[in-house]
Amino acid sequence: MAEEVVLLDFWPSPFGMRSRIALAEKGIKYEHKEEDLRNKSALLLQMNPVHKKIPVLIHNGKPVCESLIQVQYIDEVWHDKAPLLPSDPYQKATARFWADYVDKKIYEVGGRVWKTKGEKQATAKKELIETLKLLEKELGDKPYFGGESLGYVDVAFIPFYSWFYALEKCGNFSIEAECPKLIAWAKRCMQKESVAKSLPDQQKVYDFILEMKKHFGIE
Amino acid sequence: MGEEVKVFGYWASPYSYRAELALKLKGVSYEYINEDIFGNKIDLLLKYNPVHKKVPILLHNGKSIVESVVILEYIEETWKHNLYLPQDPYDKATARFWIKFIDEKNEREKVTNEACEYMKTLESALNGKKFFGGETIGMVDIVASSVGYFIRVTQEIMGLNLLSADKFPQLFQWSEDFANCSIVKESLPPRDKLLPFVKGLIAKYQQDNAKA
Repeated sequence: MAEEVVLLDFWPSPFGMRSRIALAEKGIKYEHKEEDLRNKSALLLQMNPVHKKIPVLIHNGKPVCESLIQVQYIDEVWHDKAPLLPSDPYQKATARFWADYVDKKIYEVGGRVWKTKGEKQATAKKELIETLKLLEKELGDKPYFGGESLGYVDVAFIPFYSWFYALEKCGNFSIEAECPKLIAWAKRCMQKESVAKSLPDQQKVYDFILEMKKHFGIE
Repeated sequence: MGEEVKVFGYWASPYSYRAELALKLKGVSYEYINEDIFGNKIDLLLKYNPVHKKVPILLHNGKSIVESVVILEYIEETWKHNLYLPQDPYDKATARFWIKFIDEKNEREKVTNEACEYMKTLESALNGKKFFGGETIGMVDIVASSVGYFIRVTQEIMGLNLLSADKFPQLFQWSEDFANCSIVKESLPPRDKLLPFVKGLIAKYQQDNAKA
């Protein structure tokens, strides 16, 4: 049976990037539909009525919502190529824990870095560095969080790398200076076609953030 | 090989309850240790959950697993009988969606009047079934125990009657059916203990907020 895979997406979304990477890792052909979030399509509203958010993965007409759930779904359905989650339950639990940690911290803390100024921003920057350092520690000497190959945590986390330049410019700091091993990991991931094709250009993301700042009246 | 399974929890915590219920559903024997999370004895928390320093913590043959949903997935994958997640990847993804939905909204939102939308949406997930898992309790039911039992208690104390039979008949019926399962009842904190405890928490919260 012909597989029909559609991804409703928005180009700067780190969450959308996760699914893009997972699909690319598995070599799955899919239709990429770019959404205008100020004018959401009827399809998006129909496929994700609860949250009305992207990304939405539509497989043979049935929607899967929430990026990490999509990545797990993709891993389970197309299980014979490039496994993202380990098979051992304990290692799987560890991967889930760190992906959950990335989910809980990076977007929210990173958001505060570009949305705030002064003391609030200083606090956000400090928190972001602490978060990144903890992840750097978890990475250790492994080439990827997944070990020898790209895994679930790598897929969950690497999209935020495309936002680093924008955060550095907004916060006037260097992430590489604080977390060199993490940046080395990010660059290693970017060598993979699945990742390089899925992440937008960092300058483009910065321009997008500047527009958002203007739109929300944040200097 | 003897399995060593321990749960570090807190008697009133809906999250540590989830871990216990899951093990009970699988018929796995475990040792439960109540951690005084409000006291100063946090050495064990620091040792086994250095990142979040919270309960529940599942210790399986010396290895620690934390975060209630991660624990539930681990239990499901380790003891592969009495499964509580669907096998089909799509149905599994749907269950995971509802689990995330249940946990996502701020706990406070769930007890105040903003909870209506939330309850309505959650009820739609039941879709005429007895339990979220179908005929038997599934992982979504385990996670929804926070709403079905713990939040019901909190709402009562606050004089809100959101999860009522007339407003949300299906969800109300589910919470009754769920709480009446013997296996569920076994480790739920008794209402007569939980009520004063939550009252105390709310009072403290209101006090702290009045000071701020």
